[in-house]
Amino acid sequence: MLNYVLRRIALLVPTIIGISICAFAFVRVLPGDPILAMAGQHGVTPERYEILREQFGYNLPIWQQYFNYLWDVMQGDFGISLATKRPVINEFMALFPATMELAFVALLFAVIIGIPAGIFAAIKRGSWFDQVTMGVALTGYSMPIFWWGLLLIIFFSGYLGWTPVSGRIALTFFLKPITGFMLIDTLLYGNWAAFVSALRHLILPAIVLGTIPLAVIARQTRSAMLEVLGEDYVRTARAKGMSPNRVVNVHALRNALIPVVTTIGLQVGLLLGGAILTETIFTWPGIGKWMIDSISKRDYVVVQSGLLIIALIVMSVNLIVDLLYALINPRIRVQ
Amino acid sequence: MATSNTSASTTPASGLREFWYYFSVNRGAVIGLTVFAILVFVAIFAPLIAPHLPDVQYRDALLKPPIWDANSDPRFILGTDPVGRDILSRLIHGARYSLFIGFFVVVGALVVGVILGVLAGYFRGWVDVLIMRIMDIILAFPPLLLALVLVAILGPGLFNAMIAIALVLQPHFARLVRAAVMAEKNREYVTAAKLSGAGHFRLMMITILPNCLGPLIVQATLSFSNAILEAAALGFLGMGAQPPTPEWGTMLASAREFILKAPWVVTFPGLAILITVLAINLIGDGLRDALDPKLKRS
Repeated sequence: MLNYVLRRIALLVPTIIGISICAFAFVRVLPGDPILAMAGQHGVTPERYEILREQFGYNLPIWQQYFNYLWDVMQGDFGISLATKRPVINEFMALFPATMELAFVALLFAVIIGIPAGIFAAIKRGSWFDQVTMGVALTGYSMPIFWWGLLLIIFFSGYLGWTPVSGRIALTFFLKPITGFMLIDTLLYGNWAAFVSALRHLILPAIVLGTIPLAVIARQTRSAMLEVLGEDYVRTARAKGMSPNRVVNVHALRNALIPVVTTIGLQVGLLLGGAILTETIFTWPGIGKWMIDSISKRDYVVVQSGLLIIALIVMSVNLIVDLLYALINPRIRVQ
Repeated sequence: MATSNTSASTTPASGLREFWYYFSVNRGAVIGLTVFAILVFVAIFAPLIAPHLPDVQYRDALLKPPIWDANSDPRFILGTDPVGRDILSRLIHGARYSLFIGFFVVVGALVVGVILGVLAGYFRGWVDVLIMRIMDIILAFPPLLLALVLVAILGPGLFNAMIAIALVLQPHFARLVRAAVMAEKNREYVTAAKLSGAGHFRLMMITILPNCLGPLIVQATLSFSNAILEAAALGFLGMGAQPPTPEWGTMLASAREFILKAPWVVTFPGLAILITVLAINLIGDGLRDALDPKLKRS
């Protein structure tokens, strides 16, 4: 197993270098000039321009700029945002918990509904429950989530007035972040009203972000269950006279869940992409909104480092999922 | 003579007939295909079907609700947008954009993905390593984020958005084809073709590739719907088709501020996207069931 882990990590090194080259190169070919972008509308004198160019290393040959960048990144220095003049890593750390919280609740919502729905659909294959569930799942899978979010706002915020339209918590509450997770922080402060406010802000974005993963998980669970229910060992268990509950819960479910766990892990990349749309609709202060704001503000440094950090997160999660899969399923390791 | 004659004339037809048999059993797939056919018809004949021109602003009828509302204007079945354009006509013209986007993106991603995948799977070695590492790099970025950055580089617009989406979707084709080619490469019919003197190109494209077609068709269908969704998302974020183009995502973006005042401006373009994508995904499910021999038996 250790051998397998090391081999998998070694395989990632060229990919990581490639990703860093891409992130670096994308930003160099973005139209506009970083110094002018930094100077803003006031502009700079030509002398000052040269000084700044030298100070930020933009006068060096391109390959040297890349190696300097790589060196800085390896020391944890992801550069200074052109727009806010704060270190990119600090901005990222401040916003990341918001996205994490949103993505986690979205995934929880997807798993709690998706797995049971998939299991029941498989057990009652061909029934009206199966057909309705799978119809709904395919609709969810086909959903333009930015529109779905707007619909929910129209209904729950506009028509019923139950939920707020934007943000993470009502502005009347000001809590110094402890963990950065609003739901946990409000509980740690023991502020019940703030917790309720945070929950009401979170619920619609989480549903929107969780819709596609929910559909994917329900469909995957159903097909994995159907496959397992046709296996010989399930038939044997039935033939031995075990109760249908035990056959499903013990024999079938445990084997069917292996591919489902992989599917859940692979949703993380999708969630980070979906976060861009969800956070834009609900003005949720997370990294998705941060990235799209930075792209439109042409904040090169943030785009470059943000891309790199996000890609590294997606890759690490995929690696962990693969390793978990190998741990559960020894056949993979041998290959 | 007689036997060879019948087998030659029935084999391809029965293959297609068998496929249609398995496809048509799936009610959803048939519904999807019907809806898709209607959409294609609407897109082709848009100028003839649409009651109004998509860009004409009726200044006397701003934000009119749909026909079933008391304040509606009978000229505009689905109401008008904030500058008085007929929503139905814009949706009908928008079908052209979405289907064109889907088609263009799939063809682009398919051609590039197939070529790279075949090369990687056929030659293996450093060609394989190089191509697949590049695919890994593309896949490490969330697709929408990568497409956004690419569009920011190329400049916002429909054509650049399509290029960006094709690039983002293409690794899935490359991976699929590579795996299929690797599985087929050592089969006897390939060795036989090699022995009878077939060159690399013939072996790759004519001998092996047709046998990998099934999964490729399914992937192409999925990519078709994905491309429409991503293009609409880019349009919604202001990086895709630019106003006043009646692209559905772009229509949603410009209607956003009116969601509480005039919900219909938001509802219909999104519904159009959902129906189109759902129809294509239904077809995709049907194709997968019909083309996958493993599922057929069960």
